[in-house]
Amino acid sequence: MTEMIQKVKNLSIGFRSKKGEEILILKNITTNIKKGETVGIVGESGSGKSTLALAMMGYVKHGLYTIGGECQFNSSNLLKMKSKDLEKIRGRKIAMIPQNAGQALTPNLKIGYQIDEALQLHSDLEEKEREKKISELLNKVRLPSPETIALRYPHELSGGQQQRVAVAMALAGTPDLLLLDEPTTGLDVTTQAHVLELLNFIAKDTGTSMVYVSHDLGAIAQVSDRIIVMYSGEIVLEGPSRDILKKPIHPYTHGLLKSIPKLSLAGLPESMPGSQPQPGTIQGGCSFFDRCNFSDENCKSNSPKLEFLKDLNTSVRCFNYEKLVNENQVSQTINKIKNKSQDKEILNLSEVSISYAKQKLLDQVFNRISDDNPTVKDININIKKGETIALVGESGSGKSTILKSIAGLLRTKDGLIRFDENRNLSSDLRERDPNDLRIIQLIFQNPDESLNPNHTVEEIIAQPLKLYFGLKGEELKKNIIDLLQKVRLGEFYTSRYPRQLSGGEKQRVAVARAFAAKPDIILCDEVTSALDVSVQAAVLNLLQQLKEDFGTTYIFVSHDLAVVRAISDRVAVLYQGRLCEVGPSNDVYKFPSHPYTEVLLGAVLEPDPDIKPKLVAEDIVEERPPEKGCSFQGRCSRIVGDICKKEIPPWQLTESGNAIRCHIPIKELQKEQF
Amino acid sequence: MKLDNIYKEEKKSTYAKLSEIIITMASKPSGLIGLTILVFHIILAFISPYIAPHDFKAIDPTLMLQAPSAEYWFGTDDLGRDVFTRTILGGRTALTITFFGSLIALLWGGLLGIFCGLVGGKIDDVVMRIVDAFLSIPWILAMLLIVSLLGTSTEVLIPALGFFYGKGIVRVARAATHDVIAKDFIVSARARGHSNFAIIWNEIIPNVRDAILVEGAMRWSWMLLGFSSLSFLGFGVSPPTPDWGLMISNARGLMSFAYWAVIAPIVGLSSLIIGINLTADAFAKALGIDRSTKAPV
Repeated sequence: MTEMIQKVKNLSIGFRSKKGEEILILKNITTNIKKGETVGIVGESGSGKSTLALAMMGYVKHGLYTIGGECQFNSSNLLKMKSKDLEKIRGRKIAMIPQNAGQALTPNLKIGYQIDEALQLHSDLEEKEREKKISELLNKVRLPSPETIALRYPHELSGGQQQRVAVAMALAGTPDLLLLDEPTTGLDVTTQAHVLELLNFIAKDTGTSMVYVSHDLGAIAQVSDRIIVMYSGEIVLEGPSRDILKKPIHPYTHGLLKSIPKLSLAGLPESMPGSQPQPGTIQGGCSFFDRCNFSDENCKSNSPKLEFLKDLNTSVRCFNYEKLVNENQVSQTINKIKNKSQDKEILNLSEVSISYAKQKLLDQVFNRISDDNPTVKDININIKKGETIALVGESGSGKSTILKSIAGLLRTKDGLIRFDENRNLSSDLRERDPNDLRIIQLIFQNPDESLNPNHTVEEIIAQPLKLYFGLKGEELKKNIIDLLQKVRLGEFYTSRYPRQLSGGEKQRVAVARAFAAKPDIILCDEVTSALDVSVQAAVLNLLQQLKEDFGTTYIFVSHDLAVVRAISDRVAVLYQGRLCEVGPSNDVYKFPSHPYTEVLLGAVLEPDPDIKPKLVAEDIVEERPPEKGCSFQGRCSRIVGDICKKEIPPWQLTESGNAIRCHIPIKELQKEQF
Repeated sequence: MKLDNIYKEEKKSTYAKLSEIIITMASKPSGLIGLTILVFHIILAFISPYIAPHDFKAIDPTLMLQAPSAEYWFGTDDLGRDVFTRTILGGRTALTITFFGSLIALLWGGLLGIFCGLVGGKIDDVVMRIVDAFLSIPWILAMLLIVSLLGTSTEVLIPALGFFYGKGIVRVARAATHDVIAKDFIVSARARGHSNFAIIWNEIIPNVRDAILVEGAMRWSWMLLGFSSLSFLGFGVSPPTPDWGLMISNARGLMSFAYWAVIAPIVGLSSLIIGINLTADAFAKALGIDRSTKAPV
């Protein structure tokens, strides 16, 4: 039998509410981490996954306390240990890699110094040896030229590089167990794929056990041998990663996998109803009961025990798992979206450039913007009435910047934004009349920030109704309730504050507010990226439904290519504020022709252990777009020659109407695919 | 939907919210003590003219510097006036002037701060530099100038104090506004085309109100100290109005043999300041603004 490195036994962690009730965050968790194994812990926000990971290093967050059970590491209970003894274990034996390396690194100390600090604490090496070890560690995490990196400050590195430094620091103590709390969540798609590949390599190379906590089944699928699925503080499913992803026998995991959009399938995935219950609200019975498709009367009153199935080597907490055992694969039902776009053009961007450069005094006086190499340049898109166009690209590609200009929040340098074929829209809010403002509405990424915490839902939705239509009294109330029902929220939500709503409900309120203005165009800025996976599908379905009902046009910005695939009719790929490819989404995804589109698509993580990301280009981050030539020249693996560095590539059209901006002839672009 | 019953918290009336805040404040010993002292002082301020046992300006040379007795509880001062009467009436003066002073400070400081925070740019730069310039002038000197030019009537003292204590609030309100305007709901309101006034009233004030109120409460206690200092220097309210600062100033020379004439106003002043401070702290905690922020772990 393999050696267990950590044993969690009947662990319960909770807090005491204002009324003095004990509320459990973790309920009776029992699991083991074997030596050399990578365990993925998946769950939605609030499922207790981070609390469990922290408990594994003997840490309980402020305000929480251990109610029962233990975390055994080398046969001693970490949760009962004195802090002096814990110091010897943390860093040396168990190391943690935080979610946001940028915040975890001290900003005013050089990278090398910070790693040296970890080495001094956790090893007995002499100064000379430590010097060698630092470059060894930086080499191991594949940072280029360790000698120069060691002398840099954290802010001089990109997000991916910072995360690598955090990994190097964690490895400084040669730990037996590495805890990773959402280590790739804040990173770009391509960087994320590279970091995951590095983690895989390190797990093999050093034989360290890893606990990988994430909400992202795609990331988990790439790294873990075993997966633990958590739901409202309980383990609901635990087993080998392949079995869990291919044949999940718990209804929650089953539904979760169904609701994740996939690259290979166009159209919207089925959504899971409801949301995870708040801690302390479950009154007996299975915690997944009201969202489950397989539940019966028994589930309502009795809570199932975690059952170990020997022949499947899996533990499951469900009475009716047998119904799922016989089902072969997760069959995804996809609601195909119909392209409702009409021939009429609703919005046209021509030659739009946007600059963030600080303007000189002379330019300020003449109220003009001068910048030879603006952040966003030469954007030409025409958007048809009723279509969903998606802008995709990594962070810094200018996709949100373009949205801001369309909304009138950011002045353009040059170019025209034309509405309805003949009306020019100024990119300055103050020059737009109220009707111009009404036709374009925004939905933001994070509903926590986009809803005023001191307003009730009613007040929030009333704002546009009062402003644009001057509604009052009964009529206003009627309209609000009408809108709430359209976004599948009931009348009783009117008097609630945002803090009393779940993430998905908040986003629905934001959607209702946008639709209250009866807009022609809705700008969606990463609308689902702050939501849990199971809720994401529901919001996407709602947006699609509303679009079909109202004939609205969506401009959809996202970094998640699978989500874009699910909802959009047309896709525009951006790199460094320049368009690379514009075309119908089927074609963009089927024939990844532009080298950058290939890179993006290759890096997408699918919740399937058999589909490995293809790492085509280096994950370098470019600060500024190149002065001359193709915007992607710095990272392109298919560079043709000098022409790429000197001349801006021409637009080339494929037969299916896909426009690609590249020097490589179109025939050749389509030929060389992986 | 089953979750209905869980979120029973409905929109509350202002009265219900207020009483909830007060109950939270009183649930901790420090808050309870603070509230008790403050409420005691306020009640005393209201009823003092009716319960005062003697005339506050009756001078009687035969009663000069009497030690505390059954007739004169806190003794008499150098002019033979009853110290108890003057102490309870003194609180009335101090509380009224500083309360209205803080209200003025809160209004102009808070509104200007929010406006600067929202508008930003050049207007913000200019206004803030002017505020900074005023911050660099020792307020007590400026107050002396104003008082010597315009006299020491309440109509002068209240706005003057309000002006000098509002400068600090401008900064706090501006900082609080800066935190809020970065949020997307302000961007959203702007994109919809609301006017600056509507944005301030609907979106910003509900979110910065608590921070500004707490700051105002703290300023109140500072202003009390400032006002008493002015009186102590002889530039506050004019005699024979009973006032703590004035009483301390008059009796301090006789402290070695008639301590009672000094002790009473000192106890009154310091207890009121402590009361306001404790209440302000409890208020901040009840609103969820923790002034003693813990470092995140």
